Amino acid sequence: MTQMTLSKAIGAGLRRALQDDDHVLLMGEDIGELGGVFRVTDGLKHEFGPERVIDTPLAESGIVGTAIGLAFRGYRAVCEIQFDGFIYPAFDQIVAQVAKLHARTRGAVTVPLTLRVPYGGAIGSVEHHSESPEAYFAHTAGLRVVTPSTPQDAYSMIRMAIASNDPVIYFEPKRRYWSKGEVDLEAVPLPLDKARIVREGTDVTLIAYGPLVATALDAAEAATDEGISIEVIDLRSLSPIDFDTIEDSVNKTGRVVIVHEAAQFGGLGGEIAAVVTDRCFYSLEAPPQRVTGLNVPYPPAKLEDHFVPDLDRMLDAVDRVMGRENSLTGWSAR
Amino acid sequence: MRTGLSEKTQSTVSAVDVSSRTDEPVQLLTPEGVRTESVEYDSWVEDLSDDDLLGLYQDMVVVRRFDNEATALQRQGQLGLWPPSLGQEAAQIGSARALRKEDFVFTSYREHGVAYVRGVRLEDMTRVWRGTANSGWDPFTVNMATPAVIIGAQTLHATGYAMGVQRDGADSVAVAYFGDGATSQGDVNEAMIFAASFKAPVIFFCQNNQWAISEPVGVQTVRPIADRAPGFGIPSIRVDGNDVLAVMAAMRVALERARTGGGATFIEAVTYRMGPHTTSDDPSRYEDLTEREEWAAKDPIQRLERYLDQLGLLTDEARASVKAAEDDAAKRFRAACIALEDPEPMTIFDNVYAEPHSGLERQKREYAAYLSYVEGGTR
Repeated sequence: MTQMTLSKAIGAGLRRALQDDDHVLLMGEDIGELGGVFRVTDGLKHEFGPERVIDTPLAESGIVGTAIGLAFRGYRAVCEIQFDGFIYPAFDQIVAQVAKLHARTRGAVTVPLTLRVPYGGAIGSVEHHSESPEAYFAHTAGLRVVTPSTPQDAYSMIRMAIASNDPVIYFEPKRRYWSKGEVDLEAVPLPLDKARIVREGTDVTLIAYGPLVATALDAAEAATDEGISIEVIDLRSLSPIDFDTIEDSVNKTGRVVIVHEAAQFGGLGGEIAAVVTDRCFYSLEAPPQRVTGLNVPYPPAKLEDHFVPDLDRMLDAVDRVMGRENSLTGWSAR
Repeated sequence: MRTGLSEKTQSTVSAVDVSSRTDEPVQLLTPEGVRTESVEYDSWVEDLSDDDLLGLYQDMVVVRRFDNEATALQRQGQLGLWPPSLGQEAAQIGSARALRKEDFVFTSYREHGVAYVRGVRLEDMTRVWRGTANSGWDPFTVNMATPAVIIGAQTLHATGYAMGVQRDGADSVAVAYFGDGATSQGDVNEAMIFAASFKAPVIFFCQNNQWAISEPVGVQTVRPIADRAPGFGIPSIRVDGNDVLAVMAAMRVALERARTGGGATFIEAVTYRMGPHTTSDDPSRYEDLTEREEWAAKDPIQRLERYLDQLGLLTDEARASVKAAEDDAAKRFRAACIALEDPEPMTIFDNVYAEPHSGLERQKREYAAYLSYVEGGTR
């Protein structure tokens, strides 16, 4: 076991993948000499050489498109998209090519790409550096979408993503890059497509992923002061979503709150609420609630605290499903 | 696949200075079928035997016949849509016949001649257009990816493939086929950037057929398309795309550069789309008939036919042999195309993922239950 930050854990996973399979390549802008703008690939170019850790031209579609060609040749490229908001020039190659080639060719071509995408806000940055575009990709058949929330998962999941024969979009919770945790480099990981119950509880199921798992855990801890027991689920995988774990939890608690930074409309929270309603209808004590980013462009940094769900907004939704006073009912005592 | 045409040893050919190019396309056969002299390019095709020349002729005749048959099948309702390659046979056959089997080709959807040369079965080329599949063949059996419908997307795939070839230390070459319209796409420009920066063994083979559906090439560029590549650091060759010998010579020059570490070459094959964009198109709304007549006089098959005639190669026996080959191909193709069966409904779920995906598995079970419910008529 070693203490390391989430970003170092990803780097350790990449190093291990490069060691284990000489057809693994890293591609991206500034990932070589600089080690990436977040230093995730720090030192890997010197260790594995410029043929395997490739500083590419500044062209996202080019990165993903050439990675596809490398896949035709048997290579397993791990592409870094420098920031969430920079992925859109590659959107066509991702959804029209990467996602569809295996089905299009009736299984003849596999595209085992991994796309690493730092995502999410609350880092005080400028426009295009704080977005949560996961729903676009989870909506697209043929892609897998995952996101770790801890250094241990960051390490295990990047290795599983690279080993997968499917294309995997690996969203990195950039505000948690510097969070430290124990990492067992030889741990047997939970499968890539399974959710994890990170805190057990009996009253409310709080579903989070990526950067908001830590916030959800804080909210669960705070709720104990009021005698509310919250079960927190870290989804880990956004396509597929482990609905069996969710179903079991909600059947137990009868209440569910789903949180994500992405805007609410068309977001994954709606899909989860629909499936929970379908599968747990007779166990539900209250309508499923969502705490999400607002349906607006990501705001300037001075306003981002209003956009990114925080502990208080999560607990407000918990009050709603618990039938307690909340922002929608107002204060009955006043 | 026939062999013997693809190789041209360096010792017997003249050096081509690809850094100096004129706007006038390289031409070895005039429209009248007269062999013109080219100090630079003659030696790149001088190895072609009489049989090779007749072979190129037969290839073009068979592909044109197939293309016409496919158009006819669309008119008869057997295909939903068809993009004719009429007029582009020399550009496709001349370039594809220069390749080795282990080279890898990434094309758009009009490259029927290229697919034919690579060994794709004719009926497989029509699976997409009959609506029975989203692609027609296994790319690795013929070293040709199935066509990209998104314009220009495949140029990046070719470039990435070439980067893989470099890493393998092989001397294969990747070829991207695309049209004049595609050159406006960002992907094509990004592909040239990657290819130049990494000196990848890839050939950008642009068939400038003068049209992107209804838009003339002047909408895409105000200069010859071949002018673009040098700005990326990639030399280019402008070649008469209706001259199968000139196309093959240019392609061999580019292949030799790629195989020997010279990096990418851009070839603009100047040709003309003699048919509609697809069978759904109506060129009478936009086409200049005078221009079309001018290009009809430069027909690639007629040109080679005239040349072969002058050489005395088109004997009655040779003509009969080619005719038998095209008739046979057409007959086999029609039967095989019409025999393509509709896929089973549940195959819709196949190969979406390479590994099991729980969300899709559940939907698959539910849809299977629905189908058996409605088909079984039971409650």
